[in-house]
Amino acid sequence: MASLADPSAPLSEYTSLSRQDTGDFFGAEPMLPVPYRIHKRRQELSDTFTLELTPADGSHSLPFGPGQFNMLYAFGAGEVPVSISGNPANPATLIHTIRAVGPVTEALWDLKSGDVLGVRGPFGTDWPVAEAEGSDVVIVAGGIGLAPLRPAIYHVLNQREKYGDVCIYYGARTPEDILYRAELEKWRGQFDLTVDVTVDRATGKWAGKVGVVTRLLARGGFDPLQTIALVCGPEIMMRYAIKSLNQHGVANDRIYVSMERNMKCAIGFCGHCQLGPYFICKDGPVFRFDRIEPLFEIRQL
Amino acid sequence: MDQREELERLLCEHPFFRSMSPELQREIADCARSERYNAGEYIHREGEPADRFYLIRHGSVAQELRIPEQESIIIQTLHEGDILGWSWLVPPYRWTADARVMQLTRLIALDARCLRGKYADDPQLAYELLKRFIPIIANRLEASRLQLIDVYGEPRHRK
Repeated sequence: MASLADPSAPLSEYTSLSRQDTGDFFGAEPMLPVPYRIHKRRQELSDTFTLELTPADGSHSLPFGPGQFNMLYAFGAGEVPVSISGNPANPATLIHTIRAVGPVTEALWDLKSGDVLGVRGPFGTDWPVAEAEGSDVVIVAGGIGLAPLRPAIYHVLNQREKYGDVCIYYGARTPEDILYRAELEKWRGQFDLTVDVTVDRATGKWAGKVGVVTRLLARGGFDPLQTIALVCGPEIMMRYAIKSLNQHGVANDRIYVSMERNMKCAIGFCGHCQLGPYFICKDGPVFRFDRIEPLFEIRQL
Repeated sequence: MDQREELERLLCEHPFFRSMSPELQREIADCARSERYNAGEYIHREGEPADRFYLIRHGSVAQELRIPEQESIIIQTLHEGDILGWSWLVPPYRWTADARVMQLTRLIALDARCLRGKYADDPQLAYELLKRFIPIIANRLEASRLQLIDVYGEPRHRK
């Protein structure tokens, strides 16, 4: 993998290299969906669910990097980009957590265990888990933004000894909207992790924290000069999280964000997901923040 | 160490007061005392006279708004190291929310009447205090905006 942390590396260089990492089975036919069967469907939240997929012909597994996404095809409805949220060390089962917000994700919602959908991918850049070795890792997630970060969390936990202090700071709308709650509680019980959760609103029954996710950073638990921060959530939440990370001394070239745009071809041809000079599908979705900072400031891009 | 020295030490160690001059720290320690609350107790209720502010030494406090015939809404929770309360700065000096203790909590309470009396004669003390409260107020306003715009979006409740 090329170094995402190297500021002199041209963007196109590392993206093409990271594409090679993703395996080449789809290389010949990047637009052709491969049939996958739903092995298991799990309800996560009132509008969010997780699909565990296995290849319909049982032929292969799909190696992926943490942060990459697939195009999921609900036959008859259309395709949507969805980040992979499973364990990269166990690619035999493909795991996607999906929020039903539009026609295609609602068609995916209606699928049942045993049904078949189409998968293209994996596409896009990884969270810089290799570059972060030897550093503290701060993960700031908001809402469904925890799903694209979970593979990075798994990776760090799989190789815990390679990292310094690891903090996971998660914000959700209400206590009922906390994604992967059981898993967060399990991680919180580990001695070698700092895990803190806050919600934007709650009633008196909630015994945890209420307040915006950026307040969790005040607790520290990391060395800002030796930290790699991974941030994913709604763009406005990321903007405030970055501001807060900066205030705590983490520079923009040590902050990575995952950007979301409507992707169509996922291979950098169609231009649907253009962000300034970049196509999010191939130059992203994970960007080092200093590279896209000027674009982040532009309204309605 | 007597109680007064202990209080002065705790105050000086707190980030809120750490950068103040020793003279001002002593002035403020004159108005300080330790308090302890158990889970479920209220430090104050909305509408009561706001004659204190607090440094949370240990524990958690929920600031809540009561809505008739509904459950209270928690506006924010405050934790170790946080400052609780700035209604004592704003006439007519009434609390604008309930403060419910979520777990055993130890605080340093600062008597507002004592402080207001002192800073009426001491602009330096008033300036040093306000300089530290304004960022807290600004952060609270910013957080309120983020909560207001509902960044994560309303969930769609499905079957």
